[in-house]
Amino acid sequence: MSDASLHTPTQTGEAGFGDYFALLKPRVMSLVVFTAMVGLLAAPGGVHPFIAFCAVLFIAVGGGASGALNMWWDADIDAVMKRTTSRPIPSGKVAPGEAMAIGLTLSVFAVIMLGLASNWVAAGLLAFTIFFYAVIYTMWLKRWTPQNIVIGGAAGAFPPMIGWAVVTGGISLESVLMFMLIFMWTPPHFWALALFMKSDYKEAGVPMLTVTHGRKVTRAHILVYTILLAPLAIGTGLTSIGGPIYMVTAVVLNALFLWGAYKIWRRPEEAAKADMYRSEKSFFGLSLLYLFLHFGAILAEAALKPYGLGGW
Amino acid sequence: MSFEKVEHELHKRRSSRNIGVGLTLVAFIAIVFGLTVVKVTRGDFEPESVRVQQENG
Repeated sequence: MSDASLHTPTQTGEAGFGDYFALLKPRVMSLVVFTAMVGLLAAPGGVHPFIAFCAVLFIAVGGGASGALNMWWDADIDAVMKRTTSRPIPSGKVAPGEAMAIGLTLSVFAVIMLGLASNWVAAGLLAFTIFFYAVIYTMWLKRWTPQNIVIGGAAGAFPPMIGWAVVTGGISLESVLMFMLIFMWTPPHFWALALFMKSDYKEAGVPMLTVTHGRKVTRAHILVYTILLAPLAIGTGLTSIGGPIYMVTAVVLNALFLWGAYKIWRRPEEAAKADMYRSEKSFFGLSLLYLFLHFGAILAEAALKPYGLGGW
Repeated sequence: MSFEKVEHELHKRRSSRNIGVGLTLVAFIAIVFGLTVVKVTRGDFEPESVRVQQENG
């Protein structure tokens, strides 16, 4: 634990339903819902629409539960960082113990319900995702290594794999590639944000790469991960979930992403400061579009398949 | 003896929480009911022997 643990939150005021819902990190949940849904719809075969709906809902609840556990454990950090002081625990609306109880209860609930609704492979993957995010990332890696974002990104990469397992009951090359796409996308996405969002990671005792190794090294890391990501993203287009729409999307987006990463790597910090981190901000914006459009293209291929148009 | 409803300040303060929990529970019941209907109509709860028999005509 860091010095940040001195800032122990105390409960003040009454929490409304919205405060408990905020514990589940709804914005992160929206990404989980979208990618899990794409994984589920792209998988060969099919499930009953109501089971598909319930499965995505339980995956989202599981993701939300791990968010609540993250907020419980990180309450001391959240109280120090400006961006997170208004979260339910540091703002005093929800007691830390309550957040932990909600996180644990919803975790068990989501895993059991997903198992009963679909199959136990999907439920096992969801349980592992929650464990990975709450224990491996939040409790262990986040405060220990500047590579926290890299390894922790795996937690956010599991939902399409779980969606795929809901339909197929297993893991395959395509679901692993969807996992890898999010896994390799996460570091450049977060490090670009860290470059222009001067956050208080140092005060909070979180070893972000920008703090531990400097901004020049962070820029180089962004470029390296973007170079590694490109063949992976384009290669996915050659599998059964790819097709012409996906391939065109991937080639264009990866060319733009590589160009953006190259610009970030090439320029010195002074130039970035002078134009208020314009390249870094536009790269971050592009990264959001990058993931959305890649998964959107997979979804489009799956949706067109019944009409003989999607896929190769 | 009066049976007048006493509106405590606590009820107002916790109304959003109570309504939220209530709606969540109703949604959960609807989901379990829906899942049961889907699984029963698809024959998920039939014993394996019965399912094989049905598949073979």
